[in-house]
Amino acid sequence: MDSAWLIPAFPFAGFLINGLWGRRLSKKRVGTVACGAMALAFLTALRLFWLLLQQAPDRRIWEPVYYTWIAVGEFSVRASFLLDPLSMVMVLVVTGVGLLIHIYSTGYMHDDPGYARYFAYLNLFACAMLLLVLAGNLLVLFVGWEGVGLCSYLLIGFWYEKRSASDAGKKAFIVNRIGDFGFLLAIFLTFWTFGTLQFSEIFQAAVQRFQPGDMVLTGITLLLFVGAVGKSAQLPLYVWLPDAMEGPTPVSALIHAATMVTAGVYMVARCSVLYALAPLSMGVVAAVGCATAVFAATIGLVQNDIKRVLAYSTVSQLGYMFLGCGVGAYVAGIFHLMTHAFFKALLFLGAGSVIHALGGEQDIRRMGGLRRWLPVTFWTFLAGSLAIAGIFPFAGFFSKDEILFETLMTGHGLLYTLALGGAALTAFYMFRLVFRTFFGESRMDPETAHHVHEAPGAMAVPLTILAVLSLVGGWVQVPILEDGKRFARFLSPVFESARGILAGTSEHGTHPSLWVEGALMGLSVMVALAGIGVAYRWYVADPQRPEKVAARFSRAYRWLLHKYYVDELYQAVVVEPLKRLAETVHEWVDRAVIDGAVDGAGALFRRAGAVLRRIQTGLVQHYALSVLAGVCLLILAALAV
Amino acid sequence: MSVVEALYQCSGLLAVLILFATGVLILLLDAFSPLGRKGRLGGVAVAGTAAALFAAWQSESPGEPLFFEMVVWDRYALFVTSVILLGALLVLLLSLEGRRRDGAGTGEYYALVLFAATGMVLMAQAVHFIMIFLGLEILSISVYVLVGLPRHERRANEAALKYVLLGGFASGFFLYGLTFLYGATGSLSMTAMASYLGTGERVFNSYLLLGTALVLAGFAFKLALVPFHLWTPDVYEGAPTPITAYMAVGVKAAVLAALVRTFREALPAVVPHWTTALWILAAVTMTVGNVMALVQQSVKRMLAYSSIAHAGYLMVAVVAGTPSGVTALLVYLLAYTVMNVGAFGVMVVGQKERDGGELLQDFEGLGFRCPLVGAAMALFLFSLAGIPPTAGFLGKLLVFSAAVEAGYTWLVILAVINSVVAAYYYLRVVIAIYRRSEAAEAGPEPAIRLSGGERAALILAGLLTVGVGVLPQGFWEMARRAVLALG
Amino acid sequence: MTAVYIPALIYLAVTMGVMAVILFLSARIGRRRVTREKMLPYECGMDPLGTLEIHFPIKFYVVAMIFIIFDIETVFLYPWAVVFRDLGWFGFVEMLLFTAVILIGLVYLFRKGALEWE
Repeated sequence: MDSAWLIPAFPFAGFLINGLWGRRLSKKRVGTVACGAMALAFLTALRLFWLLLQQAPDRRIWEPVYYTWIAVGEFSVRASFLLDPLSMVMVLVVTGVGLLIHIYSTGYMHDDPGYARYFAYLNLFACAMLLLVLAGNLLVLFVGWEGVGLCSYLLIGFWYEKRSASDAGKKAFIVNRIGDFGFLLAIFLTFWTFGTLQFSEIFQAAVQRFQPGDMVLTGITLLLFVGAVGKSAQLPLYVWLPDAMEGPTPVSALIHAATMVTAGVYMVARCSVLYALAPLSMGVVAAVGCATAVFAATIGLVQNDIKRVLAYSTVSQLGYMFLGCGVGAYVAGIFHLMTHAFFKALLFLGAGSVIHALGGEQDIRRMGGLRRWLPVTFWTFLAGSLAIAGIFPFAGFFSKDEILFETLMTGHGLLYTLALGGAALTAFYMFRLVFRTFFGESRMDPETAHHVHEAPGAMAVPLTILAVLSLVGGWVQVPILEDGKRFARFLSPVFESARGILAGTSEHGTHPSLWVEGALMGLSVMVALAGIGVAYRWYVADPQRPEKVAARFSRAYRWLLHKYYVDELYQAVVVEPLKRLAETVHEWVDRAVIDGAVDGAGALFRRAGAVLRRIQTGLVQHYALSVLAGVCLLILAALAV
Repeated sequence: MSVVEALYQCSGLLAVLILFATGVLILLLDAFSPLGRKGRLGGVAVAGTAAALFAAWQSESPGEPLFFEMVVWDRYALFVTSVILLGALLVLLLSLEGRRRDGAGTGEYYALVLFAATGMVLMAQAVHFIMIFLGLEILSISVYVLVGLPRHERRANEAALKYVLLGGFASGFFLYGLTFLYGATGSLSMTAMASYLGTGERVFNSYLLLGTALVLAGFAFKLALVPFHLWTPDVYEGAPTPITAYMAVGVKAAVLAALVRTFREALPAVVPHWTTALWILAAVTMTVGNVMALVQQSVKRMLAYSSIAHAGYLMVAVVAGTPSGVTALLVYLLAYTVMNVGAFGVMVVGQKERDGGELLQDFEGLGFRCPLVGAAMALFLFSLAGIPPTAGFLGKLLVFSAAVEAGYTWLVILAVINSVVAAYYYLRVVIAIYRRSEAAEAGPEPAIRLSGGERAALILAGLLTVGVGVLPQGFWEMARRAVLALG
Repeated sequence: MTAVYIPALIYLAVTMGVMAVILFLSARIGRRRVTREKMLPYECGMDPLGTLEIHFPIKFYVVAMIFIIFDIETVFLYPWAVVFRDLGWFGFVEMLLFTAVILIGLVYLFRKGALEWE
């Protein structure tokens, strides 16, 4: 177990090698180092997984402490990992999917001049993400949290010469700062309340010292959720994720679909005990998750950029995961996280393959009929689409259905109905994408069509593996069957205490008959099939139909197309006033006092000596006046007490 | 006092004496040695500073007042002295090449850096207000000249002139405050003042109030607290970059040390009346510093405002005032010194090849032109932004949790908001460093050549930034024991 | 307690009075003739406005500055001389050091050529 530190250490070594000497290495070497580092990390993770399985279920929690960071009085902060079934699942997903995406990237980025830089960032990201999921306390988690954020910005803005790319990086950065603020405050509040940041100690103390509904815990969990909302792109902070698609497509697959954006879900699941003790926060999580799931799905209906549709779909699926966590179905949330990592990575990589084949084209209005040219891409993409739509027996069916089922069973009828509607929308927009891209007549311009080529092996192999995973990935958690829920059994020690608390406070634990469960499943599949059916009728059978519908509901269509004008709203309500404030401050404090009437250093080069002298005198007087005012204020402040 | 006893007491002033003697030696060497040998004066200065640091660690720190209760050599003074001398050492290492290139004024430069260090260490050791004032003046006058040393640069001239005028103004306030304090308590010795004031009714005295306000204003000016800060950006920008670093760290460390000693040893009785004022100072300082740093295009000016913001964070620890608060303050000072000198040091390196070299775009592609320098700058900026596991994060964590513990939750919330905002302008530079500049697209740019001194300084600062962040226990213990020495 | 301050108050009142009288008289009796020199900030007649390229003897300032510094430092010798016996050897050594430092300063100035007129 002590070798857990190796898992993030391998990618870090890869980052160092490619970061320091990458430019002097051949592309092949760079790729080998990066993929090799990920492969070693994955193998180590597999070995630990095997060791973990050898243990009895209740002994599958290890907390390797590497050293005591600082011991201040009674409390101490340690650099420690927490290796339990939950982090094990995450590590396997991150290293496994990460490895596939690394391999894919060697093909996709092959002609990019920033090849070594790209792989250095990607490895650094993997290291930070592994640190995040392996963290044994909030501090280490925060290190990883900031690290993945940084890599995300660097990679979104990877093609910084595109203005939209660097703007998108900036946007992601700023929006995430809001989340980080909540997260930091949560850390301080936790430290203050518990005197420790160690997960095991916090949870133990929380169970012993606090009653459900405690104000402090509600505060902590809500602040943590603010962080999660930022990182996992939920309402209202989701706006950065669609723009983040400016980065290279494998990055979208790894960071903005499979791993980083799920960090918020992971964190909520990790703190399940705290959330269980704060019913209000649970409600908020569920409501925000469900609202985001439906909201983003509606936007996804009308987008024309292949990656943007997938981005909104990611936002929407993350909403489902939060919905699961919010209703106490942590296993379902994490299960969906895992299957989503498979099929969403697959879909993004498939989209990347299409974009690669079409020489950078991303607009589905200029695609069509690609089935013939890109068979591997088509079949794998189809598998991913079936998975996300929730068609039996693909992975997404099991995980999404479990979330829906648990939502209904915990008495959230409204949320269930909404989420079910969202599932129909999901099936619709995904198959709209499939039909527009791969079916029908080709709408490519001849020049592009001429160059269309199927993905090279380095890209096709990961696609195939992910397609298989999208099919079988759900079979670890089969409902109804006697011995079906292996995944839940594996994870159960982690969520035991949270479940215990929830069982004590609400109607959790009631279990309906298998018939009801079966009927609900049938309903889910029917809904998904209905979505696919509508998509087929509109986009294959009767291609004129969508335009008519759009014309009939033109107002609604425009709202959707412009993503409910949320970006514009933020621009008007948040960005512009802030900009104006900054400019005003700049104008009044900097310009007026320092630069303007009494211009400082800058003016020295611009203005003649005579003016300068006057300026200097004025300047120093102003400064001195400010000192005098400060003294007066100090005296006043002291008198006031 | 007998001569023998005086000699014995000199062991408590070893650092000051070595620094001063080295400074004088350099002046004489500068006056008597031929021009060609002047390059070696820097080596002498470095050796002298290192020797002073070594001597400081070797000499015992009994904590008894020396020389008629003027100074003391205790663990607190030892810690602050170490921080100051570490800063001075880094600054000297960073100056070596620039001085060698410029030639003129070399001897004066090194001597003044050492004299300024003498003043700083005296402030850390002073237990008598006259000593504090002397230390303050020794360091101020030295720094005034250092700022204006590039005689042919208008920016430096302007900076020096502003600094002298306003510094004199502030010194006047300080001295005036001392007279009131003397009038109110009948002494300028810290212990005598404290015992006169006790905790009784004597605290409610308008002279005492006025004196404290004026002394505080004098300190606040040197610390660049808002609204005493207006000179800072102009002077920091105009001064030679190593001197800017020196002002940002050494001067602040010395003045804060004296401020904390004043509050804890001389005027503990009046502190409760001042917490609100200090609270406001801290809050306004960090907010204004950060907001202004946000809109800067020049990285040097941005760092100037950032150092104002950091003074605000440091004041949060002063507001907390508890032993754990002062411990946090000392650790933060150490962290602040290494990361800030480091960041300015990278700027020194960058300025070698580009005229100015202060704007954001000058940093573009630095990470590719010289990976070591780029990585070091990224590290220092992460640390300034307070991202774990760097020294800056540790400092913030300790300061903020000490303040929460002391009951200043709102101030900490404000400070957290501030540090979140601050990360934006620090990381903006990091992103620029790892972005290929347009010039680089056209053709490969020459790699940056590092001199030995610069390399040593950057590596030392980088190691400490990581070291304090990753293995903080020893540093924290040292600071804690230093605080035990305070009354 | 307050009685102690009465002399100070009287002194203050007298100062204020004299000042007021002088200002009043000069305002009433004196003729007001505004010339350029009178309106300059520095009473010594230094022109604060103008180009930087004017010639003025910098040596004068240097020597004056050096004189003031050494003058003030020498003044410290007088109080020391008064209590010379009380301070004893300690005071003597201290003053020797002080003088030595001043001397080094002088040597430095001399070598640097600050005292050469041409």
